Amino acid sequence: MTTNTIQAVDCQAIDCDVHPTVPSMHTLLPYLDDFWREMVIERDILSLDSISYPPNVPISARPDFKTRSGRAGLDAPEVATHVFDKWQSSIAILNCLYGIQLVFNEDMALAFARALNDWIVKEWLDRDPRLRASIVVPLQNVEHAVDEIERCAKDKRFVQILVLCMGETPLGRRQFWPVYAAAERHGLPLGIHAGSAYRYPVTSLGWPSYYVEDYAAQSLGFQSQLASLVCEGVYVKFPNLKTVLLESGVTWLPGFVWRLSKFWRGVRAEIPWIDRSPNEIVRDHFRLTIQPLDAPDDPNIVARVIEHFQSDDMLLYASDYPHWQFDGEAPMPSGIPARLHRKILVDNPLATYGRLGL
Amino acid sequence: MTKHIVAPLKEFPPDTRKLVEINGRQIAVFNVKGEFHALGNKCPHESGLLIHGQLVGLVESRMPGEYTYSRKGEMIKCPWHGWEFDLRTGRAQCDPARIRVRRYETAVVHGGDIDPDTPPKAAEVFAVRVEDDYVVVEV
Amino acid sequence: MNETLPKAQFLQKSKLKLIDCDIHPRLRSIADLKPYLSTRWWDTIQTYGLRKRHGFVKGHPYPKSQPGDGARRDSWPENGDPSGSSLPLMQQQHLDYYGVDIGVMNPLWPGSGDQNADLSAALASAHNDWQLDLWHAKEPRLRPSIVVPYENIEASVAEIHKRAPNKSFCQVFLLSRTNEALGRKKYWPIYEAAVQYNLPIGIHVFGFSGVPISSSGWPSFYIEEMAEHGTACSALVTSMIMEGLFERFPTLKIVMIEAGFGWIPSLGWRLDKSWKNMRGEVPHLKRAPSEYLKDHIYVTTQPIEEPEKPEHLIDLIDWIGWDKVMFASDYAHWDFDDPIFSVPPNWSEERRRKIYSENAMSVFRF
Repeated sequence: MTTNTIQAVDCQAIDCDVHPTVPSMHTLLPYLDDFWREMVIERDILSLDSISYPPNVPISARPDFKTRSGRAGLDAPEVATHVFDKWQSSIAILNCLYGIQLVFNEDMALAFARALNDWIVKEWLDRDPRLRASIVVPLQNVEHAVDEIERCAKDKRFVQILVLCMGETPLGRRQFWPVYAAAERHGLPLGIHAGSAYRYPVTSLGWPSYYVEDYAAQSLGFQSQLASLVCEGVYVKFPNLKTVLLESGVTWLPGFVWRLSKFWRGVRAEIPWIDRSPNEIVRDHFRLTIQPLDAPDDPNIVARVIEHFQSDDMLLYASDYPHWQFDGEAPMPSGIPARLHRKILVDNPLATYGRLGL
Repeated sequence: MTKHIVAPLKEFPPDTRKLVEINGRQIAVFNVKGEFHALGNKCPHESGLLIHGQLVGLVESRMPGEYTYSRKGEMIKCPWHGWEFDLRTGRAQCDPARIRVRRYETAVVHGGDIDPDTPPKAAEVFAVRVEDDYVVVEV
Repeated sequence: MNETLPKAQFLQKSKLKLIDCDIHPRLRSIADLKPYLSTRWWDTIQTYGLRKRHGFVKGHPYPKSQPGDGARRDSWPENGDPSGSSLPLMQQQHLDYYGVDIGVMNPLWPGSGDQNADLSAALASAHNDWQLDLWHAKEPRLRPSIVVPYENIEASVAEIHKRAPNKSFCQVFLLSRTNEALGRKKYWPIYEAAVQYNLPIGIHVFGFSGVPISSSGWPSFYIEEMAEHGTACSALVTSMIMEGLFERFPTLKIVMIEAGFGWIPSLGWRLDKSWKNMRGEVPHLKRAPSEYLKDHIYVTTQPIEEPEKPEHLIDLIDWIGWDKVMFASDYAHWDFDDPIFSVPPNWSEERRRKIYSENAMSVFRF
């Protein structure tokens, strides 16, 4: 399949999930203060690359995306070659996956988050006006997280906040609410990306044997977070907050939310602030990027699954560059009904990311 | 609408319930603190029988962490899947606009006001005495 | 007042047999097991209690929504015994009322996965005697499951060999939340023994793995605990497939009980997608993951999926396979599914026949 679906609908796509790669810890040293720079060197902190995406695992970088260094997505021009030139997006949102979230020392986490966000501004946003980014947020300490949002949100090129789908505490918990208050205040959606802080095994049955199981389990982490955010009442408290599930897989969502909604009818007194079906709450507040879709090749099945969402507003276009989610040159999975393409490529991203319209 | 006698008032004390069948329809009648409520007996979900349910209060909330508890014993919770129905409206708390059980009017009437010739009685037959009060449902 | 009009007539009209794959007989109290336990284990239970990888002496970490471990409110015997513990009431209210032809007993037994592996073995064996003596002997429609102390592999295998020659036992019974995912090789001797007797493995949700029920720690609410069954079972099935369990035991049948099934098609698609690029890590797989899923994983209906549009339920089963879905009521728990109303009566008789009985006949050892 080599059809460029983006040209086909003649519109300027917004790629909602693109990953800039941090080449090495040395890259961040200029962005750390003297103390942390010395700590990194003296304590031999070699890299924060996470085992969620080991550099050589196939999912981490599609083979033909890799440069001579063996990695992909190392600088703005390289990303532009794919995202803007080949796939003809007009805007791309950078979600930097570097293991800030795994760090246990909350002060160190803040130092790295600041360095990373500053690096993104200087080396990416300042170099290509088509790039936008997510604020990497150190949830290890909620005050730190809020401070970092306040610091970065002044730059309108930051369009959402970014956390991982597996953390230390379910994301709906009230301890995180100041973070959501800050996000809502600045019109920043809560972006949740695949990945873990590795506080617990990646499944509730312990550590799997294989990486392929780890990766499959990411979508389970998203299910837990969706349930937590809905049930704790985050969207009752923050009615304008949108949540974007990034690289979550897509097709699991209807079945999971049906179950949550079914149970809610019987046990709703436990969470009485939820006074309408989770089906509706999820439709109003959750968005998902389309790579990976996790659907079979049969376009009829894809169309059926999409219909199960009972909404045309929930899916956002994304290439997930440089992760290996598709072959050929069409990030839009085959089978998604053509009538939805424009919504997915442009309208839904614009409706989700208020700052893109500024 | 016809008034059907459920029971003599003195045999239907507060915090008790009775199941009656009228025209082939099962109706659950509850005496909550002296006030009578009648609902169709079958939950519209999977036909759990409400007469076996627990009477619970109304739990509402404006914001997470706030619990407003009122109307103790005025919601019947289906014995199976726990859907709560408002005794005063028959509507399901989880989806009041779309899900409900039929609600029937109830009253307490004097035996003397009941036509002795056509006293439609639910359940077992008993003699109507003019000096007694009776719980009735309108069907 | 004929409140208990037998609904069985609904089924008999179309001559559909009814097999209920999930019935929970319950102990009146732990004393029911005393005849089957040594003095040592009885004393241990009395003195130290059960140690089940959660914090409370009594009750559940996530309190349920109705009393009696989440019992149907209308299932309590008049003598005050626990819900589900009375055979006469179970017969009257369920087996006879609906015309159940065969019921699979899945005891949610105290002591499953207990930290004391030997105590767990003793309790499992006691449950098997208890099922035979107090239930199956009196009501042959109720078929016992071989309860095994699944964290104690040696004892589990021994228990299978001890019970399997008795053809009354219809499956080997595990819970879903285990110390390690059930596909891991640690557990394979259990499957090897089951396959030897052509017994399916029934895996009922619940149990305590010892790690948080979400990969982000402990959620706050019971509703979340229930929703997490799908995530645990997804990880479980993933483990079985990726470890190559079904390459090693090509005749093994797995029944996921009370796990829902809305997650199954998507899981297969996701695993296929990831496997396509990363098969090098699992070269022992000879086929796409979804093919193992389709061939080896069976599901029970309760608690039936309730999409907003009923036709979406049909899509789901189309994708799973109409020969893989089996009726279960979960009697006598609160989320019980009514045999008549939970399986849509407007589905074709052929489809309903498969779900009500045919599929189960081909899976369980009846």
